[in-house]
Amino acid sequence: MSRIAKRFSETQEAGRSALIPYVTAGDPDPGVTVPLMHDLVAAGADLLELGVPFSDPMADGPVIQLACERALAHGTSLRGVLDMVREFRREDADTPVILMGYLNPVERMGAEHFAKAAAQAGVDGVLMVDLPPEESAELTGVLESAGIDPIFLLAPTTSSLRMRHVADAARGFIYYVSLKGVTGSQTLDAGELGARLDSIRGLTALPLGVGFGIRDAATAAQVARVADAVVVGSAIVRLVEQYPDQPEQFRIAAAEIVRGMRTAMDAARMAEAPATA
Amino acid sequence: MKQAVDWAAFPDARGHFGPYGGRFVAETLMGALEELQGAYERYMLDPEFLAEIDADLAHFVGRPSPLYHAERLSRELGGAQIYLKREDLNHTGAHKVNNTIGQALLAKRLGKNRIIAETGAGQHGVATATVAARLGMECVVYMGAEDIQRQSPNVYRMRLLGADVVAVNSGSRTLKDALNEAMRDWVTNVDDTFYIIGTVAGPHPYPAMVRDFQSVIGREARAQHLEMTGRLPDALVACVGGGSNAIGLFHPFLADESVALIGVEAGGEGIASGHHSAPLCAGRPGVLHGNRTYLMEDDDGQIIPTHSISAGLDYPGVGPEHAWLKDIGRAQYVSVTDDDALRGFHRMTRTEGIIPALETSHAIAHVLEIAPTMKPNQSLIINLSGRGDKDLNTIARLEGIQL
Repeated sequence: MSRIAKRFSETQEAGRSALIPYVTAGDPDPGVTVPLMHDLVAAGADLLELGVPFSDPMADGPVIQLACERALAHGTSLRGVLDMVREFRREDADTPVILMGYLNPVERMGAEHFAKAAAQAGVDGVLMVDLPPEESAELTGVLESAGIDPIFLLAPTTSSLRMRHVADAARGFIYYVSLKGVTGSQTLDAGELGARLDSIRGLTALPLGVGFGIRDAATAAQVARVADAVVVGSAIVRLVEQYPDQPEQFRIAAAEIVRGMRTAMDAARMAEAPATA
Repeated sequence: MKQAVDWAAFPDARGHFGPYGGRFVAETLMGALEELQGAYERYMLDPEFLAEIDADLAHFVGRPSPLYHAERLSRELGGAQIYLKREDLNHTGAHKVNNTIGQALLAKRLGKNRIIAETGAGQHGVATATVAARLGMECVVYMGAEDIQRQSPNVYRMRLLGADVVAVNSGSRTLKDALNEAMRDWVTNVDDTFYIIGTVAGPHPYPAMVRDFQSVIGREARAQHLEMTGRLPDALVACVGGGSNAIGLFHPFLADESVALIGVEAGGEGIASGHHSAPLCAGRPGVLHGNRTYLMEDDDGQIIPTHSISAGLDYPGVGPEHAWLKDIGRAQYVSVTDDDALRGFHRMTRTEGIIPALETSHAIAHVLEIAPTMKPNQSLIINLSGRGDKDLNTIARLEGIQL
């Protein structure tokens, strides 16, 4: 069983919604990332999403664009990100790591070469934001051969026909984009979200993670009631701007926000338990 | 190229030109692109829609644009007869309006009343703001902060036309960043917003759709040249940034194998300097802005900063059909430096009384090289894709003159 499947079976068994923090690798500088990953796990993260910086992050809002610029200014490359995962794995053999990014750096490295190197480093899943299943045959093939789950997105705008297609291609879990917009956008309607997830559950047995627009513990708790996993990104990454040149303070603040979300999510599930048990 | 190519079969149903093109976007946009593709395929066969476009092109844009025999320049160069396809005479001063008319009418059919666009030199932004004003649509134009500086007359034109011009301060603050920002707007407002892309790049169906709207250039030029000379031209020359004016001229000639197709990229300070915008001449295939094509990137797959004297060519990618035409050898792509483009600019202005855009000046500069190597009974067509009024500040500044 893959690390991702194992982790979801554990959280589901425990009646918890998994918490997946996202950080951009190399932001604010490459030395921060691995210690930060350990901090996030200690604060209650179940899986980690590591952003691979790209010069033109079209699907990201200003917070993650700036994170990419900072990381690239420090020379963070895809190979560098894989080194970070390898270093993380020395002390953590269990927490799944998902790389999230854009296709071009992977194409430049070569899909097959990338898949092998990522598997050796200890990567468990790969989500390419600008790679819909229609164009993904080559990468999906080499990822699966290397034992890495290709993760795909579903959006409120995905037609039911494509939903089926995406669900067929996806492995590990499905990432549901909770709102129209870029990462770090404002609002999220938790009521409508539940109905959406129910309709996707008719198509797939994979766990459903929800991301985009989860800004605080209260929203995370709302989403935890209906989703198998909660992905939080910009809310953490924007802390870098609050603590310029204070990476230690940033790490503490990031762990704090994750801990707060963890507590709120578990409390929300607990409150639901009598009704759903 | 040994065997005959069925040019009508490209792109395929999923937008591929050989290995190039396709649809590489975030999931949220896939629905909108499917809707757009459906509308484009339906309306391009709808006589009423096509008649509406033709009427607008005739009465609002002023088409057909003339094919002008530049006799004095031809004589001075002493080689091929040079013809200019006068897209600079279109309303708004460039070829860009051919496409914005078509896309805006499509937006109207789809019931979308908010138009967004990216712009580099501002020509596409002006052409978009123009049709939006005429059709009573809301219009937002994204433009790199650096381009806003160097193309201020066009910024003012767009604002006069009622468009909201948004300065983009991310990345290199040029055309590619404006495109990123327009994509972000579209992803956020996808229900009521139509994104008018200005070139033959982006996710399918844009490269095919923009080509089809711009192909009026080549259809007219082909018929005009035949009528004026009784034969086809020997070569077509056009500047290539994203490549919409070039593909618009080239496409109706693809099956005419005797006609050489030459695209001219922006060589900036020279290919060897690394400061240029010539992905076909010096780049590699990759994925950016929704399509696979030639890109300017570093060894890590990051897009690298580009340079050109002309904002409209200052872009690290190129339309996927050009990438394919290069690979199969149907078209050839060369580059021209900033300095040579300026020489082309002045030569055309002084010799023919036509002030060309700096983008167009790249194509002219290349013709200054190749025309003398051809015979006087041969001919070539330059796509005079835009007029140079917008560039007067840039040129004057280079010559130390304060306007």
